[in-house]
Amino acid sequence: MTTAPERSPAQTDLVTLTIDGVEVSVPKGTLIIRAAEEIGIEIPRFCDHPGLDPVGACRQCLVEVWMPGPPGPDGTPGEARQMQGPPGRMKPQASCTMTVAPGMIVKTQLTSEAIDKAQQGVMEMLLVNHPLDCPVCDKGGECPLQNQAMSHGRATSRFEDVKRTYPKPINISSQVLLDRERCVLCARCTRFSEQVAGDPFIALVERGALQQVGIYEEKPFESYFSGNTVQICPVGALTGAAYRFRARPFDLVSTSSVCEHCASGCAQRTDHRRGQVMRRLAHYDPAVNEEWNCDKGRWAFTYPLVGDRLQFPMVRENGVLRVASWPEALAAAADGLAAATAAGIDDTGVGVLVGGRVSMEDAYAYSALSRALGGADIDFRARPHSAEEAAFLAHAVRGVTPETGGVTYADLESASSVLLVGLEPEDESPIVFLRLRKAFRKNKTGVYAVAPLPSRGLAKVGGTLLASAPGTEAQVLDGIARGSSRATESMTRAGEALREGGAVILVGERLASVPGALSAAVRLAEATGARLAWVPRRAGERGALEAGAIAGRSTAEMVRDAAVGRLGALVVGGVDPYDIVSAGAGHADGVTIDTEDVLEAMRRAFVVSLEVRESAVTELADVVLPVAPHAEKAGTFLDWEGRARPFEAALDSGAMSDYRVLDMLATELGTPIGTRTLSGTRDRLVAEPEPTRPTAPTVEAGEPAEPGAGHVLLATWHHLLDMGRMQDGEPFLAGTAPATVAKVSPGTAETFGLVDGDAVEVSTDSGSIVLPVVVTEGMVDHVVWMPTNSAGAPVRSALGVDSGAVVGLRKADLVATVLTTEDGVA
Amino acid sequence: MTTLTPILTKFWDHPQSWTLDTYEDNEGYQALDRALSLDPAELVQMAKDSGLRGRGGAGFPTGMKWGFLPPPDGGPRYLVVNADESEPGTCKDTPLMMAAPHILIEGIAITSYAIGCNHAFIYIRGEIVHVYRRLLRAVEEAYAAGHLGKDIHGSGFDLDVTVHAGAGAYICGEETALLDSLEGRRGQPRSKPPFPAVAGLYARPTVVNNVESIASIPPIVLHGDEWFADMGTESSKGFGIFSLSGHVEKPGQYEAPLGITMRELLEMAGGMRGGKRIKFWTPGGSSTPLFTDEHLDIPLDFDAVAKAGSMLGTRALQVFDETVCVVRAVDRWTDFYKHESCGKCTPCREGTWWLKQILGRLEHGQGDEEDLEKLLDICDNILGRSFCALGDGATSPITSSIQYFRDEYLRHLELGHCPFDPTDATLFASSNGSSSRTPAQEGASL
Repeated sequence: MTTAPERSPAQTDLVTLTIDGVEVSVPKGTLIIRAAEEIGIEIPRFCDHPGLDPVGACRQCLVEVWMPGPPGPDGTPGEARQMQGPPGRMKPQASCTMTVAPGMIVKTQLTSEAIDKAQQGVMEMLLVNHPLDCPVCDKGGECPLQNQAMSHGRATSRFEDVKRTYPKPINISSQVLLDRERCVLCARCTRFSEQVAGDPFIALVERGALQQVGIYEEKPFESYFSGNTVQICPVGALTGAAYRFRARPFDLVSTSSVCEHCASGCAQRTDHRRGQVMRRLAHYDPAVNEEWNCDKGRWAFTYPLVGDRLQFPMVRENGVLRVASWPEALAAAADGLAAATAAGIDDTGVGVLVGGRVSMEDAYAYSALSRALGGADIDFRARPHSAEEAAFLAHAVRGVTPETGGVTYADLESASSVLLVGLEPEDESPIVFLRLRKAFRKNKTGVYAVAPLPSRGLAKVGGTLLASAPGTEAQVLDGIARGSSRATESMTRAGEALREGGAVILVGERLASVPGALSAAVRLAEATGARLAWVPRRAGERGALEAGAIAGRSTAEMVRDAAVGRLGALVVGGVDPYDIVSAGAGHADGVTIDTEDVLEAMRRAFVVSLEVRESAVTELADVVLPVAPHAEKAGTFLDWEGRARPFEAALDSGAMSDYRVLDMLATELGTPIGTRTLSGTRDRLVAEPEPTRPTAPTVEAGEPAEPGAGHVLLATWHHLLDMGRMQDGEPFLAGTAPATVAKVSPGTAETFGLVDGDAVEVSTDSGSIVLPVVVTEGMVDHVVWMPTNSAGAPVRSALGVDSGAVVGLRKADLVATVLTTEDGVA
Repeated sequence: MTTLTPILTKFWDHPQSWTLDTYEDNEGYQALDRALSLDPAELVQMAKDSGLRGRGGAGFPTGMKWGFLPPPDGGPRYLVVNADESEPGTCKDTPLMMAAPHILIEGIAITSYAIGCNHAFIYIRGEIVHVYRRLLRAVEEAYAAGHLGKDIHGSGFDLDVTVHAGAGAYICGEETALLDSLEGRRGQPRSKPPFPAVAGLYARPTVVNNVESIASIPPIVLHGDEWFADMGTESSKGFGIFSLSGHVEKPGQYEAPLGITMRELLEMAGGMRGGKRIKFWTPGGSSTPLFTDEHLDIPLDFDAVAKAGSMLGTRALQVFDETVCVVRAVDRWTDFYKHESCGKCTPCREGTWWLKQILGRLEHGQGDEEDLEKLLDICDNILGRSFCALGDGATSPITSSIQYFRDEYLRHLELGHCPFDPTDATLFASSNGSSSRTPAQEGASL
């Protein structure tokens, strides 16, 4: 197998046909309905959707087709013949399932009276059992059925009999509601779930007019992508629980935006009314998210509204935070920072913790402030990280964009094979997952994953698991590269696949916690010729890297030093202290910090906190400066590709983005950084000198930890839907989060006397978590997997460790959903 | 005068007609011997030369269908026998499988050998459990006797036959819906292309044939394609089972050359029951437009029936005498289509729902003349617009009944109720020779 052949339009076989008297040439295999779109002819449709396989169910897109007759002896095409059935009667064809043919003549509703009648007939029948409750329907005003009934239907219905009715609505999940009587049974939602998402949890059941979308109670509609079914529903049959009866489309103001949740970089539309975001939709961006997004991106936008929004600046006075004016707070912040920079040798400097959530412009302002303060200790990584990672990012990631030849979504789609390391795309970058699934379905891309267990996401991309315990990734990657005798058959196969050309290696941010793994990934890419890309989890990380928000001491080093008084002040962006508890895990040089270190660092240093909402940092900060949440600011994210994803402010609130606040702070410090405006900040970003590209890290692989009796290795990553603060205030979304379970292999289960459904206690010196266990076939032994931050299992705050750590495991008597930590953080 | 040609029905009256022994006494499995001595391509050619057209209704040439299979690529190819006989009035495959299942099994073995198939399926209508059991037993016998299984008759040819019972859906008689159902999905028709010959069962090349088509193969192989082609008419060669039901003296299966007329068949069936007049009849099941007494001399072959505005279909001749209300008959048929519409496409799903309501009203004398125009227009919007032929079939009885019996529809409206007493059409009513209608039933619903 080789890469998908590159095809320029000129090389594509074009087919010329005539639609409504207009000649058009389109690539072979194009559907008639698409060819018509090319020349601006809109054929009405319901079931047709460019992102889904054709089904031809609704029959709304009927057209008249004439096929050229057999060519004469001299090769001239024969006279076109109307497609008929029964003989003598024109047989309309569904333009959404029929592909073009040379010399074909198509007549749409514009030029064929019979077709216009056929379409009106179908439209009339679609409305036979439709309640026509447009005045109270959420879809009213933006409804394809409503619109096309007006444009292609009869003015009045001849139907005067009894409509089919159902109780309405029913929940098909906590977030998607179904009004069965509105449904036109186009099967868009079921086809999306099955084909695009790979979650066939909804299906059409029953038959005839009683056919309806149904769920299977034992497999609930818990898909990360279920919101797309609401968006592509051509009627008001599927509605989002959060948006139902909240607004009319014509009352909404729409803003083009980009999702702030992960590094997939989805284009989205934010709709607001009277200063409040009402809903978000996926926007069409063929290069990135096509027309899909995930449920988190769609529905997790209520977090600024849960009642803990920081409204005003605050300063700490006599140990208590009080509201202050901006000038006062800025002065207090500047004084504290200036004092830290001027202090003695043991107590010097200002560390800047940017967090992974800010825009690139914001990150640049943090970076500029850090340099202005002279200390230049700055890090955007609020998660396990390492010096090796920093070197890796500087070598292999920074400055790589689609323009400079970086790996893109399109490359994933056409890749011969893709190796995933330290990355679970469905949970950590859902649009990467969707593209991999498309690659698998359309191009038979082979997917391999170095991971401790076979995930459902991997199964949905037809992937092969290269089972490996956490901490052994470096050895596995070297094994794939070298094809050593210890390599398993699938490792050897993966090695061969990566050498075939057109292969891609995707590494996740979690690899930073494995000494030597990123070095090994670079070696593997060089050895095989596969291209390498890094997929962080948070939306701001890639931009922060480009903005230079990583220099000097790392996050873990800053915390360690601040905790012992060797760093005088911290400027903290959107950082959850518990996220950096185990941040030093990947440091080969053994930077280990714990919860107490983090809290002590914040207590001891002078802390300036820039936050949207009150957080654990707020409690410890000396000065708190409120900043704008995503919907209220403009900026740019870079997605994992390095593609710029500029976004506009949806709401005009007067809240300031971080760059503006930092500009004021720098001015107060007497060292202006010129980030007062977005355009000014962007100008400065562009003017930054090109960073030099250092050589690749060559960190030796560490020896994997050997768990003793009663102990196992911890494997963990975040579920897409979990207890993250940016999902607060959206109970419908939370209702579809995966159940929190621990997973162990059958072998490990036997060792510890566990069966499915038993409770297990996972513990460290810091605390323990009790969860139901799921015995997972194909998982590596001596490992327990838990989600990092799901309900009842906040691994970082409760256990104080991260992936690769040795943890205690024992069968517990009962499942307690509350964990035990000293300070009871849940 | 055409005479009957009992070939498939030859030994149905044997007390143990369904056993292997009986079949072997009647030339059973001799055709398989002969077939296995031939090259598969010769068999395909023989089927083509015989002129056998599909007996499931559409009349597609069977040999040509086999010829559509792509050349072998080493992967499996399947024969699927459509035994999901569900059309109202159609009752030929069921008695055939009940009375002589081994003819079908031998036909399957020959056809499978001809098309290079090693695993054939019989998709049988789930409701006919007794036939299902009999077929299972026959397959078991055939395996035990070496007519199925490994190295059949020492030829080296292997064949497995799986009998699968459907779950009760008319739509699964549509070949692609049948394939979906056989694969374990909901039975709904597939988009074509790809056709089953290219990507059928499990996306592999597949031939889907009707029971009677396959059962016609052994006699053709044994007696030759010319023997078969000598029977019937120019466009419709061979013999077929004509299923007479309804108001005739001797309803049943009449196996005759295609081209026989209804008048001849009625005569063979002892005429109309109780000497009543024939009012209307279906030539090939409820999906074929109605005929009346005007059409008794039309040769029952594919072309002549089509020329007269109907379809030969499955030769399910349902005979209705003058006691039957055509509106009521059509209403009940329409109820069937509404119930059996799979729901995939709009015209069939919503159209049958609507048609049924209008017909229900008309039968009870409610509505006006415009409703007839509405019915015809809805039918016009369904016919040829629906995804598969189910929707088309639903319109046939409506349009043809209005064509021939418009006055009777109007009579309902004038009276405000149905002018007929449904009990008059029953067997018990005709046997005691008088109407059992009571005053209370005047205008009653059923």
